[in-house]
Amino acid sequence: MLMHKFANPARFLRISKIIAPWCFILTMISLVIGLYWGLFIAPDDYQMGSAYRIIFVHVPASYMSMFCYGFMAFASAVGIIWKHPLADQSARAAAPIGAAFTALALFTGSLWGKPMWGTYWIWDARLTSELVLLFLYFGYMAVWQAVDDQSKAARIAAIVALVGVINVPIIKFSVDWWNTLHQPASIIKSGGASIHPDMLWPLLICILAFNLYFITILLWRIQSLILQRQIRGLRLRIAEGTNNG
Amino acid sequence: MASAPLNTRAGKRKKKRFYLVLTSLTVLALAVGLVLSALEDSISLYLDPTDLIERNIPQGQHVRLGGLVAEDSFTKADDGLTYHFDITDGANTVTVVYKGALPDLFREGQGVVVEGAQGDAGIFIASEVLAKHDENYMPKEVIDSLKKRGLYKQAEEESL
Repeated sequence: MLMHKFANPARFLRISKIIAPWCFILTMISLVIGLYWGLFIAPDDYQMGSAYRIIFVHVPASYMSMFCYGFMAFASAVGIIWKHPLADQSARAAAPIGAAFTALALFTGSLWGKPMWGTYWIWDARLTSELVLLFLYFGYMAVWQAVDDQSKAARIAAIVALVGVINVPIIKFSVDWWNTLHQPASIIKSGGASIHPDMLWPLLICILAFNLYFITILLWRIQSLILQRQIRGLRLRIAEGTNNG
Repeated sequence: MASAPLNTRAGKRKKKRFYLVLTSLTVLALAVGLVLSALEDSISLYLDPTDLIERNIPQGQHVRLGGLVAEDSFTKADDGLTYHFDITDGANTVTVVYKGALPDLFREGQGVVVEGAQGDAGIFIASEVLAKHDENYMPKEVIDSLKKRGLYKQAEEESL
Protein backbone atom coordinates (compact mmCIF):
# COMPACT_ATOMS: atom_id res chain seq x y z
CA MET A 1 0.00 0.00 0.00
CA LEU A 2 1.27 3.41 -1.02
CA MET A 3 0.22 5.07 2.21
CA HIS A 4 2.23 2.63 4.26
CA LYS A 5 5.31 3.22 2.14
CA PHE A 6 5.14 6.94 2.90
CA ALA A 7 4.28 6.18 6.49
CA ASN A 8 7.76 4.91 7.21
CA PRO A 9 9.41 7.89 8.99
CA ALA A 10 12.86 7.29 7.48
CA ARG A 11 11.44 7.09 3.97
CA PHE A 12 9.26 10.13 4.66
CA LEU A 13 12.34 12.12 5.69
CA ARG A 14 14.17 11.08 2.52
CA ILE A 15 11.32 11.95 0.16
CA SER A 16 10.18 15.13 1.92
CA LYS A 17 13.72 16.51 1.85
CA ILE A 18 13.53 16.36 -1.95
CA ILE A 19 9.97 17.72 -2.25
CA ALA A 20 10.03 20.51 0.37
CA PRO A 21 12.52 22.87 -1.35
CA TRP A 22 10.52 22.68 -4.59
CA CYS A 23 7.31 23.42 -2.72
CA PHE A 24 9.05 26.41 -1.15
CA ILE A 25 10.17 27.77 -4.53
CA LEU A 26 6.68 27.28 -6.00
CA THR A 27 5.16 28.99 -2.95
CA MET A 28 7.34 32.04 -3.46
CA ILE A 29 6.65 32.26 -7.19
CA SER A 30 2.86 31.89 -6.86
CA LEU A 31 2.73 34.22 -3.87
CA VAL A 32 4.59 36.99 -5.69
CA ILE A 33 2.48 36.58 -8.85
CA GLY A 34 -0.82 36.29 -6.96
CA LEU A 35 -0.21 39.22 -4.62
CA TYR A 36 1.26 41.50 -7.29
CA TRP A 37 -1.62 40.72 -9.66
CA GLY A 38 -4.19 41.11 -6.89
CA LEU A 39 -2.81 44.22 -5.22
CA PHE A 40 -1.57 46.18 -8.25
CA ILE A 41 -3.09 44.92 -11.52
CA ALA A 42 -6.63 43.75 -10.66
CA PRO A 43 -9.27 46.48 -11.20
CA ASP A 44 -10.92 48.44 -8.38
CA ASP A 45 -14.24 47.22 -7.07
CA TYR A 46 -17.25 49.33 -8.07
CA GLN A 47 -18.31 49.84 -4.45
CA MET A 48 -15.23 49.44 -2.31
CA GLY A 49 -12.51 50.81 -4.56
CA SER A 50 -9.17 49.40 -3.48
CA ALA A 51 -10.34 48.34 -0.03
CA TYR A 52 -11.62 45.03 -1.40
CA ARG A 53 -8.02 43.98 -2.13
CA ILE A 54 -7.77 42.55 1.37
CA ILE A 55 -9.62 39.51 -0.04
CA PHE A 56 -6.34 38.41 -1.67
CA VAL A 57 -5.07 37.65 1.83
CA HIS A 58 -8.31 37.23 3.78
CA VAL A 59 -10.01 34.66 1.54
CA PRO A 60 -6.98 32.31 1.16
CA ALA A 61 -6.25 32.56 4.91
CA SER A 62 -9.86 31.76 5.83
CA TYR A 63 -10.03 28.91 3.35
CA MET A 64 -6.76 27.46 4.61
CA SER A 65 -7.86 27.81 8.24
CA MET A 66 -10.65 25.32 7.48
CA PHE A 67 -8.67 23.14 5.06
CA CYS A 68 -5.87 22.80 7.61
CA TYR A 69 -8.33 21.73 10.29
CA GLY A 70 -9.83 19.17 7.92
CA PHE A 71 -6.35 17.81 7.27
CA MET A 72 -5.60 17.71 11.00
CA ALA A 73 -8.84 15.84 11.73
CA PHE A 74 -8.20 13.37 8.90
CA ALA A 75 -4.65 12.69 10.09
CA SER A 76 -5.97 12.31 13.64
CA ALA A 77 -8.55 9.75 12.48
CA VAL A 78 -5.81 7.79 10.70
CA GLY A 79 -3.71 8.02 13.86
CA ILE A 80 -6.53 6.68 16.04
CA ILE A 81 -7.59 3.90 13.70
CA TRP A 82 -4.23 2.68 12.35
CA LYS A 83 -2.13 3.79 15.34
CA HIS A 84 0.58 5.19 13.13
CA PRO A 85 2.90 7.75 14.75
CA LEU A 86 3.53 9.60 11.46
CA ALA A 87 -0.20 10.40 11.19
CA ASP A 88 -0.16 11.80 14.74
CA GLN A 89 2.92 13.87 13.96
CA SER A 90 1.31 15.21 10.75
CA ALA A 91 -1.75 16.36 12.68
CA ARG A 92 0.45 17.88 15.36
CA ALA A 93 2.57 19.67 12.75
CA ALA A 94 -0.50 21.15 11.04
CA ALA A 95 -2.04 22.74 14.16
CA PRO A 96 0.13 25.88 14.58
CA ILE A 97 -0.04 26.56 10.82
CA GLY A 98 -3.82 26.37 10.94
CA ALA A 99 -3.93 28.58 14.01
CA ALA A 100 -1.80 31.17 12.20
CA PHE A 101 -4.12 31.12 9.16
CA THR A 102 -7.14 31.51 11.45
CA ALA A 103 -5.59 34.45 13.29
CA LEU A 104 -4.67 36.06 9.97
CA ALA A 105 -8.23 35.58 8.67
CA LEU A 106 -9.73 37.13 11.80
CA PHE A 107 -7.25 40.02 11.78
CA THR A 108 -7.61 40.95 8.10
CA GLY A 109 -11.39 40.59 8.31
CA SER A 110 -11.47 42.91 11.28
CA LEU A 111 -9.31 45.52 9.50
CA TRP A 112 -11.71 45.49 6.56
CA GLY A 113 -14.79 45.41 8.79
CA LYS A 114 -14.12 48.73 10.48
CA PRO A 115 -14.36 50.99 7.39
CA MET A 116 -16.82 48.83 5.42
CA TRP A 117 -19.25 47.46 7.98
CA GLY A 118 -18.62 50.10 10.62
CA THR A 119 -17.26 47.72 13.26
CA TYR A 120 -14.12 45.67 13.93
CA TRP A 121 -16.07 42.80 15.39
CA ILE A 122 -19.61 41.45 15.64
CA TRP A 123 -20.81 38.23 17.24
CA ASP A 124 -22.46 36.84 14.14
CA ALA A 125 -22.40 33.13 13.31
CA ARG A 126 -19.49 33.35 10.83
CA LEU A 127 -17.13 35.40 12.98
CA THR A 128 -17.98 33.52 16.16
CA SER A 129 -17.49 30.06 14.61
CA GLU A 130 -14.15 31.17 13.12
CA LEU A 131 -13.06 32.37 16.58
CA VAL A 132 -14.13 28.99 17.99
CA LEU A 133 -11.85 27.42 15.35
CA LEU A 134 -8.90 29.40 16.72
CA PHE A 135 -9.65 28.16 20.24
CA LEU A 136 -9.94 24.57 18.95
CA TYR A 137 -6.43 24.88 17.49
CA PHE A 138 -5.17 26.29 20.81
CA GLY A 139 -6.88 23.48 22.74
CA TYR A 140 -5.38 20.86 20.43
CA MET A 141 -1.87 22.31 20.84
CA ALA A 142 -2.34 22.61 24.60
CA VAL A 143 -3.05 18.87 24.87
CA TRP A 144 0.29 18.04 23.26
CA GLN A 145 2.00 20.43 25.68
CA ALA A 146 0.17 19.26 28.78
CA VAL A 147 0.37 15.47 28.46
CA ASP A 148 3.88 14.02 28.94
CA ASP A 149 3.25 10.54 27.58
CA GLN A 150 3.42 11.12 23.82
CA SER A 151 1.19 8.24 22.74
CA LYS A 152 -1.43 9.28 25.28
CA ALA A 153 -1.14 12.91 24.14
CA ALA A 154 -1.64 11.79 20.54
CA ARG A 155 -4.83 9.95 21.44
CA ILE A 156 -6.38 12.78 23.46
CA ALA A 157 -5.37 15.41 20.90
CA ALA A 158 -6.86 13.30 18.11
CA ILE A 159 -10.20 13.15 19.94
CA VAL A 160 -10.14 16.95 20.37
CA ALA A 161 -9.43 17.34 16.64
CA LEU A 162 -12.22 14.95 15.65
CA VAL A 163 -14.81 16.52 17.94
CA GLY A 164 -13.90 19.98 16.65
CA VAL A 165 -14.19 19.02 12.99
CA ILE A 166 -17.97 19.50 13.35
CA ASN A 167 -17.19 23.23 13.46
CA VAL A 168 -15.77 23.28 9.90
CA PRO A 169 -19.09 22.80 8.03
CA ILE A 170 -20.68 25.18 10.55
CA ILE A 171 -18.21 27.91 9.53
CA LYS A 172 -18.71 27.20 5.83
CA PHE A 173 -22.52 27.22 5.92
CA SER A 174 -23.03 29.72 8.77
CA VAL A 175 -23.77 32.46 6.24
CA ASP A 176 -26.51 30.33 4.63
CA TRP A 177 -28.08 28.91 7.77
CA TRP A 178 -28.36 32.12 9.79
CA ASN A 179 -28.62 35.88 9.35
CA THR A 180 -25.10 37.19 9.55
CA LEU A 181 -23.33 40.47 8.91
CA HIS A 182 -20.68 38.57 6.97
CA GLN A 183 -21.47 38.23 3.27
CA PRO A 184 -22.38 34.85 1.74
CA ALA A 185 -19.90 32.76 -0.28
CA SER A 186 -18.58 34.28 -3.52
CA ILE A 187 -16.53 31.43 -5.02
CA ILE A 188 -17.87 28.02 -3.98
CA LYS A 189 -21.62 28.43 -4.39
CA SER A 190 -24.42 27.34 -6.67
CA GLY A 191 -24.65 29.37 -9.87
CA GLY A 192 -20.88 29.95 -10.11
CA ALA A 193 -18.58 32.56 -8.63
CA SER A 194 -19.88 36.09 -8.19
CA ILE A 195 -16.45 37.65 -8.53
CA HIS A 196 -15.45 39.13 -11.85
CA PRO A 197 -12.79 36.94 -13.61
CA ASP A 198 -10.27 39.83 -13.50
CA MET A 199 -10.40 39.61 -9.71
CA LEU A 200 -11.04 35.88 -9.42
CA TRP A 201 -7.87 34.72 -11.21
CA PRO A 202 -5.38 36.48 -8.93
CA LEU A 203 -7.48 35.28 -5.98
CA LEU A 204 -7.22 31.65 -7.15
CA ILE A 205 -3.45 32.04 -7.54
CA CYS A 206 -3.24 33.41 -3.99
CA ILE A 207 -5.24 30.42 -2.75
CA LEU A 208 -2.82 28.10 -4.58
CA ALA A 209 0.13 29.95 -3.03
CA PHE A 210 -1.31 29.58 0.47
CA ASN A 211 -1.85 25.86 -0.19
CA LEU A 212 1.76 25.44 -1.29
CA TYR A 213 2.91 27.43 1.72
CA PHE A 214 0.94 25.06 3.95
CA ILE A 215 2.53 21.99 2.32
CA THR A 216 6.05 23.46 2.63
CA ILE A 217 5.75 24.40 6.29
CA LEU A 218 3.95 21.13 7.06
CA LEU A 219 6.77 19.04 5.55
CA TRP A 220 9.40 21.05 7.45
CA ARG A 221 7.51 20.75 10.72
CA ILE A 222 6.94 16.99 10.35
CA GLN A 223 10.66 16.58 9.60
CA SER A 224 11.60 18.44 12.75
CA LEU A 225 9.07 16.50 14.86
CA ILE A 226 10.49 13.18 13.58
CA LEU A 227 14.02 14.35 14.37
CA GLN A 228 12.91 15.49 17.83
CA ARG A 229 11.53 12.01 18.51
CA GLN A 230 14.74 10.41 17.31
CA ILE A 231 16.84 12.70 19.53
CA ARG A 232 14.65 11.90 22.49
CA GLY A 233 15.03 8.18 21.76
CA LEU A 234 18.83 8.54 21.57
CA ARG A 235 18.95 10.53 24.84
CA LEU A 236 16.92 7.84 26.58
CA ARG A 237 19.25 5.15 25.32
CA ILE A 238 22.33 7.11 26.43
CA ALA A 239 20.77 7.65 29.86
CA GLU A 240 20.04 3.95 30.15
CA GLY A 241 23.58 3.16 29.04
CA THR A 242 25.14 5.34 31.73
CA ASN A 243 22.83 3.88 34.37
CA ASN A 244 23.78 0.36 33.44
CA GLY A 245 27.48 1.19 33.15
CA MET B 1 4.91 -1.21 8.63
CA ALA B 2 3.04 -3.82 6.63
CA SER B 3 -0.70 -3.40 6.47
CA ALA B 4 -2.45 -6.10 8.42
CA PRO B 5 -5.02 -8.17 6.54
CA LEU B 6 -8.52 -7.58 7.82
CA ASN B 7 -9.10 -11.14 9.00
CA THR B 8 -6.31 -11.01 11.60
CA ARG B 9 -7.00 -9.91 15.14
CA ALA B 10 -5.15 -6.59 14.60
CA GLY B 11 -7.15 -6.05 11.41
CA LYS B 12 -10.41 -6.62 13.25
CA ARG B 13 -9.40 -4.12 15.92
CA LYS B 14 -8.66 -1.53 13.25
CA LYS B 15 -12.02 -2.12 11.64
CA LYS B 16 -13.71 -1.78 15.01
CA ARG B 17 -11.91 1.50 15.71
CA PHE B 18 -12.87 2.77 12.25
CA TYR B 19 -16.57 2.17 12.90
CA LEU B 20 -16.25 3.60 16.40
CA VAL B 21 -14.85 6.86 15.02
CA LEU B 22 -17.49 6.95 12.28
CA THR B 23 -20.41 6.33 14.66
CA SER B 24 -19.15 8.80 17.27
CA LEU B 25 -18.80 11.53 14.66
CA THR B 26 -22.29 10.85 13.26
CA VAL B 27 -23.89 10.95 16.70
CA LEU B 28 -21.96 14.10 17.59
CA ALA B 29 -22.99 15.79 14.32
CA LEU B 30 -26.64 14.93 14.97
CA ALA B 31 -26.47 16.28 18.52
CA VAL B 32 -24.80 19.52 17.44
CA GLY B 33 -27.31 19.86 14.59
CA LEU B 34 -30.24 19.55 16.99
CA VAL B 35 -28.76 22.08 19.41
CA LEU B 36 -28.05 24.58 16.64
CA SER B 37 -31.51 24.28 15.12
CA ALA B 38 -33.04 24.78 18.58
CA LEU B 39 -30.93 27.90 19.06
CA GLU B 40 -31.61 29.25 15.57
CA ASP B 41 -33.25 32.47 16.79
CA SER B 42 -30.45 33.45 19.12
CA ILE B 43 -27.72 32.60 16.59
CA SER B 44 -29.25 34.73 13.87
CA LEU B 45 -27.85 38.22 14.07
CA TYR B 46 -30.92 40.25 13.21
CA LEU B 47 -34.68 40.28 12.60
CA ASP B 48 -36.07 41.43 9.30
CA PRO B 49 -38.94 43.94 9.20
CA THR B 50 -41.52 41.15 8.87
CA ASP B 51 -40.17 39.43 12.03
CA LEU B 52 -40.22 42.74 13.87
CA ILE B 53 -43.88 43.35 13.04
CA GLU B 54 -45.11 39.76 13.43
CA ARG B 55 -43.45 39.15 16.78
CA ASN B 56 -44.85 42.33 18.35
CA ILE B 57 -41.48 43.31 19.79
CA PRO B 58 -42.38 45.75 22.61
CA GLN B 59 -41.28 49.38 22.47
CA GLY B 60 -37.89 49.99 23.98
CA GLN B 61 -36.66 46.38 23.69
CA HIS B 62 -33.14 46.29 22.27
CA VAL B 63 -32.97 44.34 18.98
CA ARG B 64 -31.09 44.24 15.69
CA LEU B 65 -33.00 44.87 12.50
CA GLY B 66 -31.65 43.99 9.06
CA GLY B 67 -32.70 44.42 5.44
CA LEU B 68 -32.16 46.59 2.39
CA VAL B 69 -32.24 50.38 2.56
CA ALA B 70 -35.32 51.24 0.50
CA GLU B 71 -34.73 53.28 -2.67
CA ASP B 72 -35.49 57.03 -2.38
CA SER B 73 -36.08 56.77 1.36
CA PHE B 74 -32.82 58.29 2.62
CA THR B 75 -33.02 61.84 3.99
CA LYS B 76 -30.61 63.92 6.02
CA ALA B 77 -31.99 66.27 8.67
CA ASP B 78 -31.00 69.95 8.87
CA ASP B 79 -28.48 69.33 11.66
CA GLY B 80 -26.45 67.26 9.15
CA LEU B 81 -26.08 64.37 11.59
CA THR B 82 -29.51 62.77 11.79
CA TYR B 83 -30.61 60.40 9.05
CA HIS B 84 -33.96 58.89 8.17
CA PHE B 85 -34.31 55.83 5.94
CA ASP B 86 -36.56 52.83 5.45
CA ILE B 87 -35.43 49.23 5.85
CA THR B 88 -37.34 46.76 3.73
CA ASP B 89 -37.35 42.99 3.23
CA GLY B 90 -39.64 43.19 0.21
CA ALA B 91 -42.81 42.45 2.19
CA ASN B 92 -42.63 44.98 5.01
CA THR B 93 -40.87 48.28 5.65
CA VAL B 94 -39.72 49.93 8.87
CA THR B 95 -38.62 53.57 9.11
CA VAL B 96 -35.37 54.10 10.97
CA VAL B 97 -33.91 57.25 12.49
CA TYR B 98 -30.20 57.38 13.31
CA LYS B 99 -27.83 60.03 14.59
CA GLY B 100 -24.15 59.38 13.99
CA ALA B 101 -21.60 58.45 11.35
CA LEU B 102 -22.55 56.02 8.59
CA PRO B 103 -20.15 53.33 7.29
CA ASP B 104 -18.62 53.61 3.79
CA LEU B 105 -20.83 51.00 2.22
CA PHE B 106 -24.09 52.57 3.38
CA ARG B 107 -26.32 53.48 0.43
CA GLU B 108 -29.83 52.93 -0.88
CA GLY B 109 -30.42 49.42 -2.15
CA GLN B 110 -27.64 48.09 0.06
CA GLY B 111 -28.05 45.70 3.00
CA VAL B 112 -27.74 47.13 6.50
CA VAL B 113 -28.04 45.90 10.07
CA VAL B 114 -29.13 48.48 12.65
CA GLU B 115 -29.18 48.13 16.41
CA GLY B 116 -31.73 49.92 18.57
CA ALA B 117 -35.34 49.80 19.67
CA GLN B 118 -38.82 50.66 18.49
CA GLY B 119 -39.82 54.18 19.47
CA ASP B 120 -43.15 55.98 19.27
CA ALA B 121 -45.13 56.04 16.03
CA GLY B 122 -43.52 52.86 14.74
CA ILE B 123 -40.18 54.51 14.09
CA PHE B 124 -37.10 52.44 14.89
CA ILE B 125 -34.49 54.45 16.79
CA ALA B 126 -31.06 53.11 15.90
CA SER B 127 -27.98 53.54 18.05
CA GLU B 128 -25.68 51.81 15.60
CA VAL B 129 -25.76 51.27 11.83
CA LEU B 130 -23.67 48.57 10.15
CA ALA B 131 -23.47 48.12 6.39
CA LYS B 132 -23.63 44.63 4.93
CA HIS B 133 -21.57 43.81 1.87
CA ASP B 134 -23.04 41.42 -0.69
CA GLU B 135 -21.14 38.59 -2.37
CA ASN B 136 -20.58 40.45 -5.65
CA TYR B 137 -17.19 41.82 -6.68
CA MET B 138 -17.15 43.79 -9.93
CA PRO B 139 -14.78 46.25 -11.57
CA LYS B 140 -16.19 49.77 -11.85
CA GLU B 141 -15.80 49.74 -15.64
CA VAL B 142 -17.96 46.63 -15.97
CA ILE B 143 -20.77 48.21 -13.92
CA ASP B 144 -20.48 51.43 -15.97
CA SER B 145 -20.76 49.63 -19.28
CA LEU B 146 -23.65 47.52 -17.99
CA LYS B 147 -25.39 50.72 -16.91
CA LYS B 148 -24.72 52.30 -20.29
CA ARG B 149 -26.43 49.41 -22.01
CA GLY B 150 -29.28 49.49 -19.48
CA LEU B 151 -28.53 45.96 -18.30
CA TYR B 152 -27.34 46.70 -14.77
CA LYS B 153 -30.75 46.86 -13.05
CA GLN B 154 -31.83 43.75 -14.84
CA ALA B 155 -28.76 41.82 -13.75
CA GLU B 156 -29.29 42.99 -10.20
CA GLU B 157 -32.90 41.87 -10.16
CA GLU B 158 -31.97 38.47 -11.54
CA SER B 159 -29.45 37.95 -8.80
CA LEU B 160 -32.02 38.67 -6.07
